[in-house]
Amino acid sequence: MSHSVKTLAVAGSLAAALAGHMATPAAAQEAKEKCFGVALAGQNDCAAGPGTTCAGTSKVDYQGNSWKLVPAGTCATMELPDGRMGSLEALDRDLPQG
Amino acid sequence: MSQSEFRAALLDPSRPAPEGLTGPAGQPAGRRFDVYRNNVTVSLTEALRQAFPVIRKLVGEEFFTAMAREHLRAHPPASPLMMFYGAAMPAFLETFPPVAHLGYLPDIARLELALRQSYHAADAAPVAAEALQTLTPDAFVAARLRLAPSVRLLRSCWPIHAIWTANARNGTAPKQATAEDVLIVRPDFDPEPLLLPAGAAPFVAALAEGRTVGEALDAAGAFDLTATLGLLLGGSAIVGIITGE
Repeated sequence: MSHSVKTLAVAGSLAAALAGHMATPAAAQEAKEKCFGVALAGQNDCAAGPGTTCAGTSKVDYQGNSWKLVPAGTCATMELPDGRMGSLEALDRDLPQG
Repeated sequence: MSQSEFRAALLDPSRPAPEGLTGPAGQPAGRRFDVYRNNVTVSLTEALRQAFPVIRKLVGEEFFTAMAREHLRAHPPASPLMMFYGAAMPAFLETFPPVAHLGYLPDIARLELALRQSYHAADAAPVAAEALQTLTPDAFVAARLRLAPSVRLLRSCWPIHAIWTANARNGTAPKQATAEDVLIVRPDFDPEPLLLPAGAAPFVAALAEGRTVGEALDAAGAFDLTATLGLLLGGSAIVGIITGE
């Protein structure tokens, strides 16, 4: 592709992206205002992470030393295509190389 | 008792309380030390629980709590800023034998870390769409686009966007183990992980390095430029246009 053809193609992409962006309904682009201290516990955690709230004090029951070595969360209930039941472990069989 | 002895005992429950600690009446303060040691462990476990909600969901609460304890003892905080604690988690997950079969976990941890970094990054006002509209094609290709401090790019050979969405947003579980690249933007005040079109990551990475639009295009192969620019614009990710010279 020659320089000018490439430039025109890029300009076309930009124009299309801008058109899409500016066509977004105004409501969706309406600026929100910052409002502190209203997020419910558990709703701001994911984004803000630790250190943003006062951590709990002593919870002695955490101190136990025995634990299971097998992860037992939702990774074991994730569905795979073609009726293959699975765990995400099963993803090993379609491994992307990289 | 030295500070390093105190610290070592703090992170290792099999060690006795350091010698020489006394309570107000002069008695040995071993139990008081135990309370302190427990609080350190519980607080850091809680910090990791909040930092990695999707990892927690993937491996389960009980497993996560136990794994967090292993992690915090091997990697105590290097900074007092708890919002950034957990930077060592991806590497830890890569070498922690019980999760060796879950190859995507480290990249999910990277995504969760990046979301938090994005959340705490500085504000920056996006450029007006009109400013891009008025550029000539040649000027746009020669321009450098400054990306917002909250923008993060993650490349993975796992379907990290689908796995994250399935667990954080009750989305559909991934149907295939395809590679996915994620662009994190923060259009308002909360970071949003967006699935990048295939092949677009080198373009975004080059822009982030301060290269021109033309150079960034050369750095990438074929990809959907319109969609990629749409994500950057919609995510308020472009905060400056540096033209010419």
